[in-house]
Amino acid sequence: MNSFKHTLSEYSWDEVLQSIFSKTESDVRSALQSRKRDLEDFKALISPAAKPFLEEMAQQSKTITKKRFGNTMQMYAPMYLSNECQNICTYCGFSMTNKIPRKTLTDAEIIKEAEFLKSKGYDHILLVTGEANKTVGVDYMCNAVKLLRPYFSNISIEIQPLDEEEYEKLIENGLYATLVYQETYHRETYKIHHPKGKKSNFDYRLETADRLGRSGIHKIGIGALFGLEDWRADSFFTALHLKYLQRTYWRTRYSISFPRLRPFSGGLELKVEMTDPDLLQVICAYRLLDEEVELSISTRENEIFRNNIVHLGITSMSAESKTNPGGYVVEPQSLEQFEISDERSTEIIAKMLSETGIEPVWKDWEKSW
Amino acid sequence: MSKTDQLKIADKTFSSRLFTGTGKFSSSEVMQQAVLASESELVTVALKRVEPGNDDDQMIAALKDPYINLLPNTSGVRNAKEAVFAAQMAREALETNWVKVEIHPDPKYLLPDPIETLKACEELVKLGFVVMPYIHADPVLCKRLEEVGAQCVMPLGAPIGSNKGLKTQDFLEIIIEQSNVPVIIDAGIGSPSHAAHAMEIGADAVLVNTAIAVSPNPVEIAKAFKLAVEAGRIAYTAKLAPQKEQAEASSPLTQFLYE
Repeated sequence: MNSFKHTLSEYSWDEVLQSIFSKTESDVRSALQSRKRDLEDFKALISPAAKPFLEEMAQQSKTITKKRFGNTMQMYAPMYLSNECQNICTYCGFSMTNKIPRKTLTDAEIIKEAEFLKSKGYDHILLVTGEANKTVGVDYMCNAVKLLRPYFSNISIEIQPLDEEEYEKLIENGLYATLVYQETYHRETYKIHHPKGKKSNFDYRLETADRLGRSGIHKIGIGALFGLEDWRADSFFTALHLKYLQRTYWRTRYSISFPRLRPFSGGLELKVEMTDPDLLQVICAYRLLDEEVELSISTRENEIFRNNIVHLGITSMSAESKTNPGGYVVEPQSLEQFEISDERSTEIIAKMLSETGIEPVWKDWEKSW
Repeated sequence: MSKTDQLKIADKTFSSRLFTGTGKFSSSEVMQQAVLASESELVTVALKRVEPGNDDDQMIAALKDPYINLLPNTSGVRNAKEAVFAAQMAREALETNWVKVEIHPDPKYLLPDPIETLKACEELVKLGFVVMPYIHADPVLCKRLEEVGAQCVMPLGAPIGSNKGLKTQDFLEIIIEQSNVPVIIDAGIGSPSHAAHAMEIGADAVLVNTAIAVSPNPVEIAKAFKLAVEAGRIAYTAKLAPQKEQAEASSPLTQFLYE
């Protein structure tokens, strides 16, 4: 069966990286002026040569985003259901070897958290777990989606990769979207950071979006975890993945997220640092490549960055997030997956958006579809 | 055209990205000379003009060239059932499993019927045909055809025989952006500049018939089309210089990074 694995195998990481770094000022100018941009333009826009053009990229990104999405921001909240995990991921607070208390929410606890988020106004929710198939497998998730359907119009998940039939089952029960990040498209580096557990299988993870596409899901979210490898090459491969998916599973919509590694209780030295200007450059580059793709920003980023980036290409954001199971009301003191940076309340974020001319959108889906 | 820039459709590769037709010429000789001048390697033939069993068929005889592949078309049929029947007849008569599916029940503008075309293609793929559907510039239909196994899509630029150029350009660009199979722009291409334009926006090939056949000088025009298609293709792969847009002065958005 056709999959992104074949496409990826046609590229060499080093050649891509070299090609990005060899882009010139004139390549960037040409990309900025192009009417239809391709992946070569994208390379130019994420290259070091584009740094002096950041202001122009931001201006264009703002205009294009406004044209397609208007003056709105989709609001969502993550809800961590479990921190049980049988994977070792060198950068993650939930990694199996971390000696932390493990917790999986019961039905009653899920409802409690849901009621809190509902009271804050959220109608789009993202369910997050580690990978523990015995306790938090597809049956647990189906039950959670069923429990939450009366509360939320739009339910997404960010959990371990599943088989196609499992996704179909979740969709039947009301699942809208699945987010699954490759972390890094660099096979060897991936191996180093995922030495044990089901997640160590690079190809199974890589082909998850294909399984999702075949399952007929409404939306697929992809991305790379910036900090594990060179962010430019990983951004290119994410864009390549996006373009492949759009052509192949054309009934599905797509979103991209930009997680940057944050400090957590395990600690990990970043291989490649990504600065704020770098992150802004990548966000604008995606928008210039694709006018329709949804771009999402989490509370990993700080206040100032978020206040500004909401005008420059981002179309969905979270606020007041807790990254521990039961973090909102059930067990607020438990250990987080990572520290969030923007701790402002939902109300403050909504106010900040309104005051700068953006309407926060809470409901933009009809659950009977 | 360069060996490395060949077009692949199903099991065949083509050095020329100009496909031609055989209708409307003043004679088989002129047709033959024009096709040879175009250097086209895929030439469509209306099955309705072929006499099965007649080995002396002048039109077919004129196209006996090792570089030329015949592409029977189903022109004249009005629905999927007739198209499948026509394709089977063509396979017998011309010994090829390639077929250009043309279903235009409307005799005035010859506009293709999308529903019957999709049905016919699905059936013909199952029967082992390489199908090349002539369709409206409809991006969703193109994806649906791709899903049933069409090996390429042939959206129109303007009504067939109208020579009006790429009236459907915005939709053609969407089709080209989304397609996993070759996109051949068919119908409406009236001049070499239209053909070059089609190639510049990223079409994999064009099919030109009327503009060559009806010209006062088909052989010279065929040559002009050949050059135009090559020029357009080179321009596409080399990338055109961007059109300049007026810059807008506005307040800085990235200042916050440095404060």
